[in-house]
Amino acid sequence: MNRRRLLLLLPLGFLLVALFFYQRLQHDPSARDSALMAREFPVFEATTLRDANRHVDQTLLQDDVTLVNVWGEWCPACKQEMPQLLELAEHGIRMVGVNYRDTREKGMSFLNEYGDPFTVNIFDPEGSLGFDLGVYGAPETFLVDADGIIRYHHKGYISPEDVTERILPEVAKWR
Amino acid sequence: MALIRTLTVAILFTLTLSAVAGGIEIREFDNPVLAQRYDDLTASMRCPLCENQAIGDSDSPISADMRERVYQLLQEGRADSEIVDHMVARFGDYILYNPRLERRTYLLWGLPIGLGVIGCLIVMLIVRARRNASAKALSADERARLNALLERQRSS
Amino acid sequence: MLIKMIPELGHFALIIALLMAVVQTIMPLAGATTRRPLWMAYGHPMAVGQFLFIALAYLCLTTSYAVDDFSVANVANNSNSLLPWYYKLSAVWGNHEGSVLLWSLMLAGWGYAASRFSAGLPRDMIARVQGIMGFISVGFLLFILLTSNPFARLLPNVPHDGADLNPLLQDVGLIVHPPMLYMGYVGFSVVFAFAIAALLGGRLDAAWTRWARPWTNIAWAFLTVGIALGSWWAYYELGWGGWWFWDPVENASLLPWLTGTALIHSLAVTEKRGSFKSWTVLLAIFTFSLSLMGTFLVRSGVLTSVHAFANDPSRGLFILVLLAITVTLSLGIFALRAPRVSHHVSFSWLSRDALLLVNNILLVIMTVTILLGTLYPLILDSLGLGKISVGPPYFNALFVPLTVIMCIFMGLGPVARWKRMAPREVIGKLWLAGGAALTLGVVLPLIYRGEWNLWASLGIVAALWIVLPMMRDLVDKTRHGTTRLAGLRKLSLAYWGMVLGHLGIAVTIVGVAVVSNYASERTVRMAPGTTVEIAGYRFTMNELVSRRGANFIADTAVLDVHNIDSGRHFQMRPEKRFYLATGMPMTQVALRPGLLRDLYVAMGEDLKDGSWAMRIQYKPFVRWLWLGGLLMALGGVLAIIDKRYRRTQAAGHAQPASRQHIEAQEVTP
Repeated sequence: MNRRRLLLLLPLGFLLVALFFYQRLQHDPSARDSALMAREFPVFEATTLRDANRHVDQTLLQDDVTLVNVWGEWCPACKQEMPQLLELAEHGIRMVGVNYRDTREKGMSFLNEYGDPFTVNIFDPEGSLGFDLGVYGAPETFLVDADGIIRYHHKGYISPEDVTERILPEVAKWR
Repeated sequence: MALIRTLTVAILFTLTLSAVAGGIEIREFDNPVLAQRYDDLTASMRCPLCENQAIGDSDSPISADMRERVYQLLQEGRADSEIVDHMVARFGDYILYNPRLERRTYLLWGLPIGLGVIGCLIVMLIVRARRNASAKALSADERARLNALLERQRSS
Repeated sequence: MLIKMIPELGHFALIIALLMAVVQTIMPLAGATTRRPLWMAYGHPMAVGQFLFIALAYLCLTTSYAVDDFSVANVANNSNSLLPWYYKLSAVWGNHEGSVLLWSLMLAGWGYAASRFSAGLPRDMIARVQGIMGFISVGFLLFILLTSNPFARLLPNVPHDGADLNPLLQDVGLIVHPPMLYMGYVGFSVVFAFAIAALLGGRLDAAWTRWARPWTNIAWAFLTVGIALGSWWAYYELGWGGWWFWDPVENASLLPWLTGTALIHSLAVTEKRGSFKSWTVLLAIFTFSLSLMGTFLVRSGVLTSVHAFANDPSRGLFILVLLAITVTLSLGIFALRAPRVSHHVSFSWLSRDALLLVNNILLVIMTVTILLGTLYPLILDSLGLGKISVGPPYFNALFVPLTVIMCIFMGLGPVARWKRMAPREVIGKLWLAGGAALTLGVVLPLIYRGEWNLWASLGIVAALWIVLPMMRDLVDKTRHGTTRLAGLRKLSLAYWGMVLGHLGIAVTIVGVAVVSNYASERTVRMAPGTTVEIAGYRFTMNELVSRRGANFIADTAVLDVHNIDSGRHFQMRPEKRFYLATGMPMTQVALRPGLLRDLYVAMGEDLKDGSWAMRIQYKPFVRWLWLGGLLMALGGVLAIIDKRYRRTQAAGHAQPASRQHIEAQEVTP
């Protein structure tokens, strides 16, 4: 009888596997956290999008909680999320843009057309800051706390729900 | 294996394949060892954007950037482990096709070895049991029946 | 008018097929349990009817493709009026819905065949097999009708033209690869049905293994060809020259192949010696379960290999439920009905029995390893331990040594006797072959290339170690005939099947070892007039031309290739294509295949100064990979032509006489 009971573990074991698969069905396999989570914002040196003579570096991101949004004129989702970014700026959150793999003219015309929620835009035509941030597509948004530590990462389009359900609570948490 | 590459082939079912052979680009190295290291490194890192392709095979922009960075770091004379760390710091462990041996991967590397040991044990146990099986194969009851059969045959 | 209703006709045919499958499940199973011949008699006509109606549905979908009926969503999404007619026909299975329909058609076809060719079996056994085949069919037909209807219409807004078939799939590889693979996957359902029927009927004797063996062999042969074709397709179509990527999709096909291989061997032990009975049944269940699980993994979107269905979780859920019911039920039946007392058949360390046991254990370890590597990232993620990837380096690191160990035992297996063998006899049979394998394995790579490579040598030693003892055995066996030829004729086809199967593995191993260690490649800048030399071949770009195909435009490089040793000349024409309907670029490689080497040229980027980046590869022995696969499949087919299966099919129960006959044949003189 002992052997029977042992054999009955087989179907039970498989049911566990099936449950595991069921749980996996709810997951998006491509969802991943940034490798920079809880680490310092990368060291960089760049000029700003508006002013080729103004130099900025990572100290830009200290003293206040900042949302860093990586965008480009070539990226359709960036256009779609602009109203949400403007709304976030209205909440008094400091917004910094990273103009990623773009030209100055195209970046400026984008801001003129869709609005400019950013206090400053870091000009990153070669994508080197983007690379150090582990960005592999735009838009991506990072929440950096007052000490310059990355606390939250949002990959892709920010929907109006994301603003109220994710981003605003995260900002409140790290302020 | 020089040409082990990975790809996203949903061999049949997806319409989102874009397996254009990427990474066919001109790289100049001073020596063949460096070229080989470049090939090995770009074959062992996974494109973070594509579904399942090595950066050496992918034509996505991020893979091109990563290949360029690997090339630069090699030219600067960095070691393979430094280059790998450099990439992992930015894109995470996800990009390593060869998972590191650490606490969470002990089972991954250990289980096959454990299975090998268990397999040896099973073979030993079964064969030892079976070597002596013939003696026990017939129970007393069966032996009696066999004798009866033989008896009948003899008499007929 | 009628032609406009073809999709509805197909849909309707599927519904009728489903109803027939339901009857086929209930009546024969109930009849077998209650011993009512009339109920059991429902099985065969339902199997025939189901097959005919699914075939009708399949024909309807094919017709919609052939006549460009873009009001059918499936056609509109996967075809185009410019597509050549043969791709229109193969596009039917180049997508999810159509491929599930093909799968169901094959399932019904196998069900019909199992029903048709089992006339000599006990009534209740046939009835149970039919019922189980019907049960699986019900699952897949419901899957099609509820979640993946290929006949769904796009009304009233019918598109003017279709979105086109993915260019990667516009290829002869796509025409032949999936049907072969599915025939293998689905074929194991027959073996599964026999196993469950044997469990249910309490007929777990040598007879069921004899009935199951031919079906196992043929399904395995199909799967082998399917996997080989898939590898060949990836090799020439994807443009990297790789032939195995350890992608989850590939792993999903390798898993049932490994357990199927184990099953073939364990069936032999169970049939000939009566041991390992429960284990053989369990392997039959595992093999089909892994086919189903592969389908789930590939089509549900849980793995990062495929994401086409991530947007429709109902499909993944449906297959999961189907998988859970089938596997849990069958394992439950196994747990309750597996034979309690095993016959203690004796064998010693050195015996074919023990070697086949080792074979099975090694194959199971390989299976678990691949399954583990494929699922491990998902497990870690579910436990919140982060995202990792498990790729080729992991699989190679474990699979290669396991294969080498397997080869060691494969050399012994075919020459060993059942039950026991004196060590002296084994050594006597093997020392020459072993010595020759070692010597040749070390020397051949040196002669071939002048540079020695440990891994290549190891591969060749392993391959020779498999082949040479078998040859020696053949020589020994023929010694007893009046002439050598008569001796050869006396050997059974089943024996030749085994020889071919093992030879196939050896050929594949040689291919893997040589191409992995002696391949060379160069990526170069080429413009008209540029000359490049690689592995004894001189490539000169003659000209660059533009051409227009049926549904694409292309830049073609015309290369003159000169073999420096033989002085032979030929041309190669790699292309960069741009498909008009999808807007997709494609690399069309130029291949010069050969038994001893392939030349492989892929066009890269346009460097904008009149030159192009080109990757030129020299791939020695790469054909041996697939040649080996074909030999293995041929071996599997040869073994079932053996008349003893056909006779026992007709005779039904295992007869002691035929049993003795087999033993007499197998024991080495």
